[in-house]
Amino acid sequence: MQEEISKELFQIIGPEDNEAEKIARPRVSYLRDAWRRFRQNKVATLALIILGILAFMVIFGPAISGYSFEEMDTTNRNAPPSREHWFGTDKLGRDLFARVWQGGRVSMIIGLVGAFVSSFVGCIYGGISGYFGGRVDDIMMRIVEVLISVPYLIVVILLSVVLKSKSLGTLLLAMTITGWCGIARIVRGQVLQVKSQEYVLAAQALGVKPWKIILRHVIPNVLSVVIVAITFDIPGYIFGEAFLSFLGLGIQPPNTSWGALAATAQSMYAFYPYQLFIPALMIALTMLCFTLLGDGLRDALDPRQRK
Amino acid sequence: MLRYAIKRIGYAVVTLFIVVTVTFFLMRSIPGDPLSHMARALPEQTRANYYAKYGLDKPLFTQYLMYMKNLLRGDLGESVLYPGRSVSETIAKTSPISGLVGGIALAIGFVIGITLGIIAALNKNRWPDYLVMFVAILGTTIPVFVFASLLQYFVSVKLGWLPPSGWGQPRHLVLPIIVLSFGPVASFARYLKSSMLDTLSQDYILTAQAKGLSQRDVILRHALRNSMLPIVTILAGRIVGVFTGAFVVERMFGVPGIGFYYISSINNNDYTMILGTTVFYAALFVIAQLVVDFVYMLVDPRIRIVPESR
Repeated sequence: MQEEISKELFQIIGPEDNEAEKIARPRVSYLRDAWRRFRQNKVATLALIILGILAFMVIFGPAISGYSFEEMDTTNRNAPPSREHWFGTDKLGRDLFARVWQGGRVSMIIGLVGAFVSSFVGCIYGGISGYFGGRVDDIMMRIVEVLISVPYLIVVILLSVVLKSKSLGTLLLAMTITGWCGIARIVRGQVLQVKSQEYVLAAQALGVKPWKIILRHVIPNVLSVVIVAITFDIPGYIFGEAFLSFLGLGIQPPNTSWGALAATAQSMYAFYPYQLFIPALMIALTMLCFTLLGDGLRDALDPRQRK
Repeated sequence: MLRYAIKRIGYAVVTLFIVVTVTFFLMRSIPGDPLSHMARALPEQTRANYYAKYGLDKPLFTQYLMYMKNLLRGDLGESVLYPGRSVSETIAKTSPISGLVGGIALAIGFVIGITLGIIAALNKNRWPDYLVMFVAILGTTIPVFVFASLLQYFVSVKLGWLPPSGWGQPRHLVLPIIVLSFGPVASFARYLKSSMLDTLSQDYILTAQAKGLSQRDVILRHALRNSMLPIVTILAGRIVGVFTGAFVVERMFGVPGIGFYYISSINNNDYTMILGTTVFYAALFVIAQLVVDFVYMLVDPRIRIVPESR
């Protein structure tokens, strides 16, 4: 006698087939993940906050001071920091609080624009060199080798002598003319490395179109390296400008920069140390913060650093 | 090996040639000629004589050939600003001073930087490591002139221990050397720490320890030697750094070195001097890179083997 087996007994009540494959949490995008890792880095976060404050002051500082950076007050020269003049005044009685932030604009612009321009050129150059490889790569890298073997500061000094005019644009040109070489090398190396990865080979084997490979694999991999390189380049440009201005080859009066402020104050540091220390502190602080930020970004953007 | 050496020397010569050529034409492309600011007040004949003396009456390309011919004989011409002062002689007189200050600074920076790097690597993630890395970051981010001003203010003005500037006595050397060695200390410490950590995780270190060698022997004979290799590659950059840092440092401390004259010739528009000194600097750096490359080849046998096995 056969027992009747009800159909209900055969219903699946256990885990569904695709249950194991289910992603339990919302997908974390690459940038969100990087941001989370970045925020865990306290030093880098602090550097970012300080840079934010500096940027705010550079933009709004001259207005807050209530003085124009060119306004002279000959009755009140070399005054120490006080309630009227927070950072004191210089030898022509100009308010240093206004001048420091005005000078910061020049330093920051040079740092940011210089780093972006040179990395833009470097990316294109390095990208072409790495992507095409072979003979093109050989010739292009020889050129970079020649350019890179001439000391950077010599090139900058020479160009600022030759170009005569010492405006912001000329300074930027002088500093970026060989400044892109470093990034070009980095980008080329990265492109070559990505090109030879197995997942790129796999993508090619699966018939993925070249532009999609570039978009999905090459650019994201190069981008993180470039962002880090830009961050490390910015202090280099700020230093370069300060160095030139310090030697009298940079920004000319009445305009000013942190390097120029430090240079003017340097001759009288024994009597008015605050005139030197404030711009010097700004340069050092900005360079320090960008370097620490770069360290943090490198750790955050590189997925291989993940623990 | 030999082929590689010849190739490297060839590149160095080509690089130098390009640098000299570009610098020459750049300097000549400056609006007005090197004598314009002083020749204006001169009578026609005197002016023509001046032009003839510096070869400025000839076509540009002839001037270039002349310059190259003289350069090969080591003659860099005569200062425009101080007639009778030869550029080559000025360089010969001032560069040993810069070399002395820079050399001592580099040597001190090397020793201290390596020591700090070892300390940091052996105390990873403990306070000595953090302290060394803090100093290293300060060393790479504080501009030389800021550090120099701070030292001058506190050591010379406030404490009165050392003269703020001057030349002639050994105590005048102390501050410039400290300032110039700060950068090398920072970069050597940073690089050595990371390469040392790399080396310490290698199997041969484990073997050395398993053999029962003392910790000192393991560190000094096995780990340090192998960790020094990457250091050699940053040496060229550091030599450059010491010399370019000297532009500012020599001026601030009144050291009569070549950087001091370079900057003053730039501020005075002394064209032949600028050109000559730039050529000298370029040659110095290209040769430094070449030497460092060869040293690297000598100390790292792996590099020697690779090209031959191809």
